[in-house]
Amino acid sequence: MGTIETTVECTNLRKTYDGKVEAVRGLSLRIEAGECFGLLGPNGAGKTTTIEILEGLLAPTSGEVRIFGHTWNDNPRQLREWIGISLQETRLSEKLNVRETIELFASFYSEPRPAADILEELQLTEKSDAWVSKLSGGQKQRLAVATALVGNPRILFLDEPTTGLDPQSRRQLWDIIRTFQKKGGTVLLTTHYMDEAERLCDRLAIVDHGVIIAEGTPSDLIDRLGGHHVVEFQVNNGANNNDNLERWRSLPSVESVRREDSTVCLSVREPHLTIPALLDAVTSHGHQLEHLSTRQASLEDVFVLLTGRHLRED
Amino acid sequence: MATTETNAPTLHADKNHHQQPIPPVRRNGRWSGYRHLLWARILELKREPEVVFWVFVFPLLLAAGLGIAFRNKPADITSVVVIDGAGAQKTLAMLQHSAARSTVLATILDRDVALKAFHFGKFDLAVEANSDGSYTYYYDPARPESVLSRAEIDSALQSAAGRKDALTTSARASSEPGSRYIDFLIPGLLGMNLMNSGMWGVGFALVEMRQRKLLKRFVATPMRRSDFLLALTSSRLVLMVVEVGLLLGFGVLVFHMRVQGSILSVILLGSVGAVAFGGVGLLTACRAQKIETVSGLINVVMMPMWIFSGVFFSYQRFPAITLPFIKALPLTALNDALRATILEGASLGSQSGRLLVLAVWGGVSFILALRWFRWT
Repeated sequence: MGTIETTVECTNLRKTYDGKVEAVRGLSLRIEAGECFGLLGPNGAGKTTTIEILEGLLAPTSGEVRIFGHTWNDNPRQLREWIGISLQETRLSEKLNVRETIELFASFYSEPRPAADILEELQLTEKSDAWVSKLSGGQKQRLAVATALVGNPRILFLDEPTTGLDPQSRRQLWDIIRTFQKKGGTVLLTTHYMDEAERLCDRLAIVDHGVIIAEGTPSDLIDRLGGHHVVEFQVNNGANNNDNLERWRSLPSVESVRREDSTVCLSVREPHLTIPALLDAVTSHGHQLEHLSTRQASLEDVFVLLTGRHLRED
Repeated sequence: MATTETNAPTLHADKNHHQQPIPPVRRNGRWSGYRHLLWARILELKREPEVVFWVFVFPLLLAAGLGIAFRNKPADITSVVVIDGAGAQKTLAMLQHSAARSTVLATILDRDVALKAFHFGKFDLAVEANSDGSYTYYYDPARPESVLSRAEIDSALQSAAGRKDALTTSARASSEPGSRYIDFLIPGLLGMNLMNSGMWGVGFALVEMRQRKLLKRFVATPMRRSDFLLALTSSRLVLMVVEVGLLLGFGVLVFHMRVQGSILSVILLGSVGAVAFGGVGLLTACRAQKIETVSGLINVVMMPMWIFSGVFFSYQRFPAITLPFIKALPLTALNDALRATILEGASLGSQSGRLLVLAVWGGVSFILALRWFRWT
């Protein structure tokens, strides 16, 4: 057929809790077959509400959801056969062991994958006789994903799959998600980790206050900064007030300027043009450079550019 | 077993041409989910030490404790205190030489000490010989043994003082199995236990799963919701058979209790009771979000039945006007039916009214629970 097929689609979703709190305020998105799509945003942005509406676990206040062209009212059982879900927080029965838990979830699907395959794929074979209560955080999360994969789904919904995990467990889960995708599966995940979104997602929607504020591939989004590099520096002598920001904006190859506390951040296309000019400018204004660093621009920078806030503000 | 297979996802199966799922090696039948849910539930119960204690050990301890405390004392001794005074020694002598001497245990104590001991239940009766030759009995009308003691001691003193009986009588003690307190108690404990484990086993378990978001996780799969509730309720039936077997076996072996009715009838009654209380437990837990909430609710629902439904003593002691309400309680119906079957060998047919009470409680609760049930 050759055409790209939409697997998940929603238009103008709204969700209001108790007639007051607007968690989602008119959100639309399309997810193509075989892609990994990420909802990136800070805590409380409406990511979980959105994904639970798409999963058919929450009814939207208004708007429409279609999965493989079906709504949740059409044929919920069939849709449930096609999707696998990992909720943000599920504490599975502690007194069942890993294999029993996977077998239990397998029993709900008409054509599940063999439990042994799933155990192997998620590196849980060694733990298959261990009670759930004895598993580490990473193992528990892999088991949660195992219960989502055992039904042999076409779409995987993962809500904050790596929150609270150590780096090694996170990488293990990323591999599992990529493996699923390589076999043709579609993935929708939410995260507030920009590195996760950048590495894993083909396309992203940045969500803030219940609406999508930007959408595209990670590199598209970073392109919006105008430059793929960030130059950060600090100078003494009060060079950091707003009046002075325009001075840095006029340096060669600088696309945008912002200030964070006492640090000036320049979005830069070609650092090798900017940095010598910057050094000259600092000296000619009689300032002294206290700190200078360059790095690749990240989605975090995109988020800050769009909202003026950081993704994780504690 | 009916195995209506769910159709493979044919609607769009051909569209995902680039998708190559691993060929599944098994197809689950209609009841696969139910069987696994039931088995998982039983495994969980088995692995939970608290469940084993409260469901199996506690009722046996209760039966043993109460059975020993209320065992039939040999030829019911009446303990009497004679208040010290002028006629005290004479009174004691009269009692000790009366026909009732073998069943009377009498002592002389100072007035204050005697009355205090009587009030604390150490003596069934206090007797005082007045200076004019009359006697005063101190008794507690609320204590049956005190009332009995008054009649017995009065009769003994009257005879000792020279009263001639108009009739010649004789008495034989009867403490045959079937008419003792333990015989009354065991079916009541069985009923109470079925209520307790039904309410906790279904109600508490559900709210715990809701709090853990496990219910939400389950409904995110193609699991049939009715299968889940059915499995939870039927796990009660499996446990019920063990509970009934243990308690009755204990009664038979330790207290030489006799089961008059058929075991099958008892099991059937137990099943109806277990399912009815499972339904009530389901209703109690249908919306609660927290374990604390449901614990309170379960106690509120069970408390009246502990008191009114004749577990430890007959509900006939309550005013007659309350009896229709008491008999409408599910535990009363279950206890009455169990006693009639176990102690009197009543047929199931004769218990149809009580079975109906249980069925209505269970059925109505189940329907309301399904209507109001909150999965997330």
